[in-house]
Amino acid sequence: MIDTLGWVFIVGGVLFNVLGCLGMVRFPDVYNRMQSTTKSVTLGACGILFGIFLINGFTALGIKALVCVLFVLINLPVASHALSRGSLIFGIKLWKKTIKDEFTQDRGGTSIIGGEDE
Amino acid sequence: MKTARAVAYWVGAMAIWMLLTWTMNPATLVAGAVMSLIAALWFGRELPVQPVKLLNPVRWFWLLVYVPVFAWACLKANVDVAMRVLSPGLVLRPGIIKIRTSLKSDIARTFLANSITLTPGTMTVEIKDDVLYIHWIDVRTDDPEVAGRMIKGPFEKLLARIFE
Repeated sequence: MIDTLGWVFIVGGVLFNVLGCLGMVRFPDVYNRMQSTTKSVTLGACGILFGIFLINGFTALGIKALVCVLFVLINLPVASHALSRGSLIFGIKLWKKTIKDEFTQDRGGTSIIGGEDE
Repeated sequence: MKTARAVAYWVGAMAIWMLLTWTMNPATLVAGAVMSLIAALWFGRELPVQPVKLLNPVRWFWLLVYVPVFAWACLKANVDVAMRVLSPGLVLRPGIIKIRTSLKSDIARTFLANSITLTPGTMTVEIKDDVLYIHWIDVRTDDPEVAGRMIKGPFEKLLARIFE
């Protein structure tokens, strides 16, 4: 019973990971791709690790998986924040249909809206 | 003050060590205690939380409330991304907007930024003092006040109860 539940979590995590990769292919610019990958991979990796914990129970392996869930939850958003901030400051273009960009306005730089679909 | 921070750091590092090894072998425990002590002496003053606040049970209760709210938001965010990925056309109106936060401490702002990144359609791009720049995949309003309420949701109040 608990094994089945663990496998459900693992399969769900893999499915969310696949959806995140699809988003990375489909979305038009760096920032939208970053959104899709961050959210999907966070839930995907946490789902897989939680499934491992359910299957193994309170053994060394299961507890390691639980601690890794915590590390992933804290670190992945920070990584995506750092990458997107670096892209903005470096001047990687936003998609041409972007509504507004208050970050570049406040820094007094020239507008970086106008990236083509890749 | 610095001593209290170092002691709290030592306890936390030792707890993580025991979770990762998951054994009561005395040799392992002594090795962990020595390594945690070295780490605490080296980085103890960097601990971002005041140790007094860690002993308050009310804060831990609000942390327990925060976890399911956060998990639900994360699940909604993933369903949202899945809908956008699987829909035939590109349903995107992206933009970068700024909102203000009332939180004061660095650790509370960090957790707010992380929570915003993992909720539907928003990603924190930059924090300067009390201003957060958010990349929003579907800009629905121009009013900064309304946008702030929509993006921050319940998180700001909960985090103020946990960390402030």
